[in-house]
Amino acid sequence: MDILVLMKVVPDVVEELEVGPDGKSLDTSFLRTIINERDDHALEQALLLKDKHGGKVTLLTLDAPDIDDVLFTALAKGADRAVKICGVESVQSTQTAVKLFGETIAKTPGLLPVDLILTGVSAIDDLDGLMAAPIAQQLGWAYTGVVTQVALADKTATVIKEFAGGVRGEYEVPTPAVLGIQAAEKPPRYVPVAKVRAAMKSMTIETVDAPAVEAATTVEVQQMAKPQVTGHAEMIEGSPEEVADKICELLAKRGLI
Amino acid sequence: MSTATPSADNGNGVMTLENLAKFPEGQKVYSCMQCGTCAATCPYGDDLAFPPRAIITMLEAGLIEEVFNNPGLLNCVTCYACMAKCPRGIKLTEVLLPLVKEQVFTHLKEVPAELQKALENTMRYGNPMGESPRKRALWAKSSPVPVPVIAEIKRAVDVLWFVECYPAYHPRGHDGNRATAKLFKALGIDFAILGNEEKCAGECVRMAGETGLFEMLTDANIKLMRKYKFNRIVTGGAHAYDALKHKYPAAGGDFEVHHTTPFFAQHLAQLKPKLKKKLDYTVTYHDACALGRHNGFYEEPRALLQAIPGVKLVEMNHSGVNSICCGGGGGMWLDTYYAEKGCERLSERRVKEALDTGANVLAVSCPYEISRFEDALKVAGGEKRMVVRDVVELLAEALED
Repeated sequence: MDILVLMKVVPDVVEELEVGPDGKSLDTSFLRTIINERDDHALEQALLLKDKHGGKVTLLTLDAPDIDDVLFTALAKGADRAVKICGVESVQSTQTAVKLFGETIAKTPGLLPVDLILTGVSAIDDLDGLMAAPIAQQLGWAYTGVVTQVALADKTATVIKEFAGGVRGEYEVPTPAVLGIQAAEKPPRYVPVAKVRAAMKSMTIETVDAPAVEAATTVEVQQMAKPQVTGHAEMIEGSPEEVADKICELLAKRGLI
Repeated sequence: MSTATPSADNGNGVMTLENLAKFPEGQKVYSCMQCGTCAATCPYGDDLAFPPRAIITMLEAGLIEEVFNNPGLLNCVTCYACMAKCPRGIKLTEVLLPLVKEQVFTHLKEVPAELQKALENTMRYGNPMGESPRKRALWAKSSPVPVPVIAEIKRAVDVLWFVECYPAYHPRGHDGNRATAKLFKALGIDFAILGNEEKCAGECVRMAGETGLFEMLTDANIKLMRKYKFNRIVTGGAHAYDALKHKYPAAGGDFEVHHTTPFFAQHLAQLKPKLKKKLDYTVTYHDACALGRHNGFYEEPRALLQAIPGVKLVEMNHSGVNSICCGGGGGMWLDTYYAEKGCERLSERRVKEALDTGANVLAVSCPYEISRFEDALKVAGGEKRMVVRDVVELLAEALED
């Protein structure tokens, strides 16, 4: 059972995000990128399936600062092969990323065939989750998303999808298929730095040139701004008696007592 | 492959469990007479699958893999108690345990979630809390005494103040920082901090067994500190002090280093006339493992506390070399793991003893202890009877008026 995992980076929100001078994009001077958390779960799910069924796990990413660390960490965790698409900006619109991944998968020898393509079902810059489904469509494969468990058998994958209110559904998907991973069955594993360093010495990252794709222009950003403060909590200060009086006054004013 | 004690290179390469006998301190491990003092003195002795003496037996019997494959050693909080009490003088916590813990960590099937998050955060952001490195020096804006950043003032300073993660990000750590800045000013000490460039000193990462990450942090901090000119380093972090003092030299960072408590004790003659405000506190002092048992600073904090007018110092049942670990250090991010195993939280055991003294202030010298003991006091129902203060906070309070 061979699996291809698609990973991309997103802006790291631990670092404070600033809007750039054009008022339409992020200021890149302080921007730091981090691997999309759900893609990391997709990798973990692929590794769990490899632990169970054997086979090969290949990673495909768009080049980004520090991406080699991410890829060597994945190789140290048990992935077999890492390929990065070079010559592109690290943070892409989802539509462009779809084109880049799609073209690369179709044209790079050795990436296919696989039984599954796993990727995060969404990302902080792709809340609609528009990555995995178009790639499945392009390949003519089945797609399903919001997946939290995967069991593989010959020519089928049985997946669990999560719905609101704690409802779960079980689906059978013919393979090869593209799955959008919501969460792996276990949290992504930790790999000691010593093992990452060993992977850096013994393994290599392959590179492929980005295919020429037209920038997608279906959605244009009109404006980007920080949310405006519309309300705030008021801290009532004073002695317990004073605070109690003020609370009574407020409740009375609002007609609650 | 282990590099836990690179300082031990004596021509035989780096000390590992395989070549232990080639090093004098390694050879000493084999002088163990199986008395069991290590297991008896260990605060989690009942929960260690393999206490130090059993590790030595397994090593001698060629069965050490069994120890590696058992997560029991996660209960070692690296408190130096076994080493302090070993009648053979075996450097258990310095030599044997780091080599074994590194292997146990590498062999873990699953790293406990809280520890994993702390390690990942430390790797990415340089602090275990996962805060932005760009905010590391933000606290300095709240200090009434100006706190210069060495890269900004562009000159040599006397004291390079290594702030460390908890003091940099934890609100209670900020209190200690403002106090330290005030004390530096009162003593006329020319100081500066590394600011946002500083990274975690890494000692707690090393104590958890993640030696590779420790080396990354060590290299980054040493490279950074070498860019600047200063006479000595002062840090309020007990574990940062321990790492800078004992581990950084072997990695090429041989700096003169002091911890704030002994540093201010050295300046006591100059400081004492300035401690004018009377503090009517009954204080009990908790000896931090790294400062007390590992570095012998028992008298210094007590001398400082007794120099404060009005302070009455009382001792806990276990103090000095017998002090009980707060559970931080090597166990800093394992509280949930210990709780799941049904182990008592060591900080709770400790504050119960502190409350028994009748003191109303628990004085500490390690930034972890503030939040650990404040939380433990709430659990033990003692938060109205006792407050936790760093020694520097009490000194700065006595400076006023």
